[in-house]
Amino acid sequence: MITFAPKFIHISLTMGNTIKIKKGLDIPLLGEASGYLANLSSPTTFAIKPCDINGLIPKLEVAVGDEVLAGTPLFHDKKNASIKFTSPVSGEVVAINRGAKRVIKEVVVLADKANKYHQFDQGNPAQLGYEAVKNTMLASGAWTLLRQRPFNIIANPDLKPKAIFISGFNSAPLSADVNVILQNEAADFQMGVDALAQLTDGKVYLGLPSDKPLCDALSQVHNVEKKYFNGPHPAGNVGVQIHFISPINKGETVYTIAPQDVVVLGRLFSKGVYDTSKIVAMVGSGFKNNSYVKTFSGANLETFVNALAMNDNLRFVSGNILCGTKVLPKGYLGYFDNALTALPEGDDSEFLGWLIPTYERPSASRTFVWLSRIFAKGKAEGFEVNTNMHGEERAYVVSDEYEKVMPMDILPNFLIKAVLANDIDAMENLGIYEVVEEDMALCEFVCTSKIKVQKILREGLNYVEQEA
Amino acid sequence: MKAIKDLIERIKPTFEEGGSLHMLHSTFDSFATLLFVPGHTTPNRGAHIRDGIDLKRTMITVILAMVPVLIWGIFNVGYQHFLALGQAPEFFSMDNLMYGLQISLPMIAVSYTVGLGVEFAFAQIRKHPVNEGFLVTGMLIPLCLPPHVPLWMVALATVFAVIVGKEVFGGTGMNLLNPALTARVFLFFSFPTYMSGDNVWIAGQPDGFSGATSLSKIAAADVMPASGNWTSTFGWSAKDMFLGFEPGSLGETSVLMCLIGGVILFATGIGSWRIMVATFAGGIIGGLILNALTLMGIGADNVFMHIPPYYHLLMGGFAFGAVYMATDPVSAAQTRNGKWIYGLLIGIICVVIRVFNGAYPEGMMLAILIMNVSAPLIDYYQVQGNIKRRLARA
Repeated sequence: MITFAPKFIHISLTMGNTIKIKKGLDIPLLGEASGYLANLSSPTTFAIKPCDINGLIPKLEVAVGDEVLAGTPLFHDKKNASIKFTSPVSGEVVAINRGAKRVIKEVVVLADKANKYHQFDQGNPAQLGYEAVKNTMLASGAWTLLRQRPFNIIANPDLKPKAIFISGFNSAPLSADVNVILQNEAADFQMGVDALAQLTDGKVYLGLPSDKPLCDALSQVHNVEKKYFNGPHPAGNVGVQIHFISPINKGETVYTIAPQDVVVLGRLFSKGVYDTSKIVAMVGSGFKNNSYVKTFSGANLETFVNALAMNDNLRFVSGNILCGTKVLPKGYLGYFDNALTALPEGDDSEFLGWLIPTYERPSASRTFVWLSRIFAKGKAEGFEVNTNMHGEERAYVVSDEYEKVMPMDILPNFLIKAVLANDIDAMENLGIYEVVEEDMALCEFVCTSKIKVQKILREGLNYVEQEA
Repeated sequence: MKAIKDLIERIKPTFEEGGSLHMLHSTFDSFATLLFVPGHTTPNRGAHIRDGIDLKRTMITVILAMVPVLIWGIFNVGYQHFLALGQAPEFFSMDNLMYGLQISLPMIAVSYTVGLGVEFAFAQIRKHPVNEGFLVTGMLIPLCLPPHVPLWMVALATVFAVIVGKEVFGGTGMNLLNPALTARVFLFFSFPTYMSGDNVWIAGQPDGFSGATSLSKIAAADVMPASGNWTSTFGWSAKDMFLGFEPGSLGETSVLMCLIGGVILFATGIGSWRIMVATFAGGIIGGLILNALTLMGIGADNVFMHIPPYYHLLMGGFAFGAVYMATDPVSAAQTRNGKWIYGLLIGIICVVIRVFNGAYPEGMMLAILIMNVSAPLIDYYQVQGNIKRRLARA
């Protein structure tokens, strides 16, 4: 007897405070960061790259040669001058690098030996209240650490979101461990959460893993609504957590913020400084050893690459390998990123690679049965991967492939096709407000037809935003 | 290995823009990428690592799943031939194999050469890479045809299937109908005497010998078998039908081999188990409904309506269609629940066509084509369900 699966039951089982996510995929890879801080010499230059921030049109406030403090505005958003992007370190503006059509690509600051900070008003956010908290965040540049959904854009200070979401764990392959990022930061994390609580009339939610140990910052924090998640990647994606906690409907907005940025926010109110120091994971099999380094936002990567890279034919990715951005070895860490990944470039052609794989590779399909480690042994030992496409782009042939790695109640194939057809009504109806690139990154990974899912989705998001 | 790679690199400029053989660049590319998975790397943004699977591997897995039915089919062509001549050979004998190869290899060769020729030509004209879909279609076409069919018909049907069934819609991935069944249905309606009756299912059938299949025998039966002994109606047992000792299209006779293929498709995750299970279930349900009707006195004199439902799964191309044809992901329903509905209806419609339309004893082909056309409608309602849930939440 065939029974139809009732609504939602095959997607998740919500038991008490733990939300069980069934669909998704953990990809075990070599090169996870081990939990120690490497003692590398500090980078000398730091940069903000406006292209890291969706929808931003930068308007410069500094020129080459200007001296800046940590927290001095470098540029603001042309659409809203109150949204300022401030220097992560003190020093001298040494370069404003432009790309095609004179688009500003990098604003580079040469750092002083010791950081000097612009002093902002400090105080307990609960006593300061909504306006004061917001204004301090805007003036210091900390506002830009918030991201607004739908669309994953700079938060609009003129509206109050229905809720604010923090994901307290990363589930993506080769991602930084939040417990390491937040070690010894419990007080500032709490202060940051208190500040966020002022920004919404709704709740601040913190998504946590139900089956892993938590550091003090995560286990002791209060003034947040904790929700526990259990399941494979993308369980740690904030978008997935929003979907199960309080999904975004048309017309609603929420803010999201990453844990390390909550700490930056906390420091702003506890010490009155915009201190972007953060812990960054050096991951991937292209590095000699995988550890964490302590640096500031927008760090130049050259010192890390020189110290750790195995060889020349590597790809460096700022962020995680499923949705990050390729950076040059002399480039800068992305604005929101807390991991640098090094992978071998897979630019070798492979004899009959579609028939007889010559080396092990992860796959969600069961056509590589002798490589079943991905299901069986889990994370004990991982695959060594490279950036090869493993095939050419084709039209959609296979169905029900994306659905297996999409825990949300969304039909990913139909959504992507709605974007390709430029059909705004269909995109809205099929849930485009609930997803951003990272939420569909696994769909792109598993795709037999090698469709550029994230690129298509971003085009759809931009189109909907622009027409709205 | 290195030598082949060097050779490809050396002759590559001839096929590039401005080269003397540029007109054949799609052909060159497809052979080059068949030999070597290209060293293309992932774009600067998005997923920097990709799954090992690609369309070539997907298609080769389906071909692998067809090997059991092909092998059985080759032996059975010889076996049925010698049986019709009045000899009773061992099934797995050299004679059967040689005769079977003599009949089936030309069919396969014609299907592949003609089909790939059309595909390469289209790829060239449209300036797109050659898609791998035909690797499967090219094998399915001979497997679903009677062994007696002339080779020029195989060629004609293949051209029709590739052009009208696929390329006019935009090529692999865009087609509404299963291309292999498009080929079969084309021949079925254009040359019915070569596609049905009692004289097409056995290659080299001697005059006067009736090579009727189970389906034509049961359709023609007008007497209920004594004490439910259906073996007397067919002349062979249900076990023989399951194993495949009966005349029929090249690949369809052995249910066992189809099931082995089905297991391969299920184990690798390439074929939809939902569609396979639902189609078999639909056949049983259809048979049970007809049984129930006879109990109520409706159509009680129609012998075919009395047959135990599992016979529907053993006869004709039901199993072959359920495993290899209905599961074509492009022409099937795309949503999970949609696949259940799609499969169930294929099974039920197949039984209904078989029993009630004497002119088309093989209902499977039409059932699948009807559901191919209906699949977008099923998906439409599934998608509407998703949309309604989202709207209800707001």
